[in-house]
Amino acid sequence: MDGTEVFVGISQRRRMWTAFLRNRTASVGGVLAVFIVLVAIFAPLLSPYDPLAQDASARLAGSSAAHWLGTDDFGRDVLSRIIWGSRVSLIIGFFSVVAGLLIGTGMGMVAGYYGGKTETLIMRAVDVLMCFPDLILAIAVTAVLGSNLVNLIITIAIVMTPRFARLSHGQLLKMKESEYVIAAQAIGARVPRVLVRHIFPNIFGELLVAGTLWVGVAIRLEANLAFIGLGVQPPTPTWGNMIRQGVDVLINAPGISIYSGLSILITILAFNTLGDGIRDMIDPRLRGE
Amino acid sequence: MFKYAVRRILQSIPILLIVLTLVFLVVRVLPGDPAVAALGDYASQESVNALREKLGLNQPIWMQYIDFFGNLVTGDLGKSAITGYPVARQVRRVLPFTLELTFFAIVLGYILGIPLGISAAVHRNTFIDYFNRIFSLLGLSVPAFYLGILLILVFAIIFPLFPVVGGGDFWDLRDNFRHLVLPGLALGLLMMAYVTRMTRSSILDVLREDYVRTAHAKGLLERIVLYKHVLRNALIPIVALGGLYAVVLIGSSVMVEIVFSRPGLGKLMVGAIKQRDYTTLQSVMVIYAVMVVIINLVTDLIYSFIDPRIKYN
Repeated sequence: MDGTEVFVGISQRRRMWTAFLRNRTASVGGVLAVFIVLVAIFAPLLSPYDPLAQDASARLAGSSAAHWLGTDDFGRDVLSRIIWGSRVSLIIGFFSVVAGLLIGTGMGMVAGYYGGKTETLIMRAVDVLMCFPDLILAIAVTAVLGSNLVNLIITIAIVMTPRFARLSHGQLLKMKESEYVIAAQAIGARVPRVLVRHIFPNIFGELLVAGTLWVGVAIRLEANLAFIGLGVQPPTPTWGNMIRQGVDVLINAPGISIYSGLSILITILAFNTLGDGIRDMIDPRLRGE
Repeated sequence: MFKYAVRRILQSIPILLIVLTLVFLVVRVLPGDPAVAALGDYASQESVNALREKLGLNQPIWMQYIDFFGNLVTGDLGKSAITGYPVARQVRRVLPFTLELTFFAIVLGYILGIPLGISAAVHRNTFIDYFNRIFSLLGLSVPAFYLGILLILVFAIIFPLFPVVGGGDFWDLRDNFRHLVLPGLALGLLMMAYVTRMTRSSILDVLREDYVRTAHAKGLLERIVLYKHVLRNALIPIVALGGLYAVVLIGSSVMVEIVFSRPGLGKLMVGAIKQRDYTTLQSVMVIYAVMVVIINLVTDLIYSFIDPRIKYN
């Protein structure tokens, strides 16, 4: 912290917030992310139709005043299905990342803190899981667990766990010899306390940035699985299974795939820019760029 | 260097063994009996037993485990539980398509991404930079299969320039290339986004270094500082991270293969899951894992070769 800022008395938090707002892309991302979350929460109020209601007289209709984004081959309103579909994407994206963060960070911190055989055991297990591309691992786990909402969260959490383990392990090794850690140990703090109260808050920034970016990765994974037919099953609308259904009628009604895909794209984009923004805000080296 | 390479190769072996064990176990805990899956729910108990015997499923698990490794060493991937054909033959048929697609995407990504990244870094905070950043953010966010669908819509349906489905005849250069363009673009544009972003940030990092300031202070031409001092050092992480992205691309290639109905490992794998053809699934997962282990190994070796500052313990 340089002298000027001490004099004017701007708090660290306020300064970070200003940096965030000043970063135009990040604030656009933040606003978009909040908007999408609100749409998911208030889906029952916002959705013009029941997403499952079929209307045989309006199959594959184009955009109109009644159906802004048209209808699908069962005559269901595409906009309503997109609005409800946001719930599946966000629930899976958010909870799988939080679960991955908690388990993975725990593993990575314990490995880094204790070192020796514990570290070798945990980090080699992480290496093994990371030998599979995300999607291949997710496909295999879904094949074992089956594909309902909870199992998909577990599946994607399994993919996220090694990422967080590796990240937190690296961060912990950097922090391990810090004076505040040694001081905490010296006053007799127990290991869980040192890890949770002293080290975790100091690596949380990095985890938050990665977590925000990886919500996008998780949403994309869910969409991939749904597109293959291994996601939440129809008729429940998810963006991935809507694109898949839209592909069959791509020539007559390209809108179904295009709009559903656009929803995924915008959501991932929002979390990516938000994550970038948080990084700029936290990393003083990049601040203001 | 040689010593390091040998040690790094030796280190990969236990990881690979554990990975293969994991694949073996995952396939064994999949729900449903592979023999029933192959013969259908109405098959007689005798025929199910006969198939179980033929597939070696009646043996104790440790015998199956030994057979699994024994067969892998000899390159025998077993026979498909559904079709009865040797899996190795199927893999040999589709693997070139997957490798070709991934390789094309990586090359395209580097050819387009590096110049774009350089221009973005050099013209930082100008229109060029913003345009590049938005473009690469879009590339990082778009799912490969969605990009594939958009490309099909524009270049195969609206303007029928390229075929929509299949991989064509692999050995017919023209036919192969026509079938490769759209899937290659779908994957290559993603790679381009990664490379552009990586190049930009890597160059910005190097531009802050003291030796770049010194080079400027000596009065060297901007062009010489950029190409001789900055780019050479900035390329190190770009090359090193290339391996990481190649792994990501292999994952995305599954989706591209499915969208374009293109033969490949990914399509084989998803088909195997749907048909509950566990022998094929097991083999494809083994091949993916081996590919990733090799990519990681090669990346590490290239990294240690191009960056002499790195000392491995």
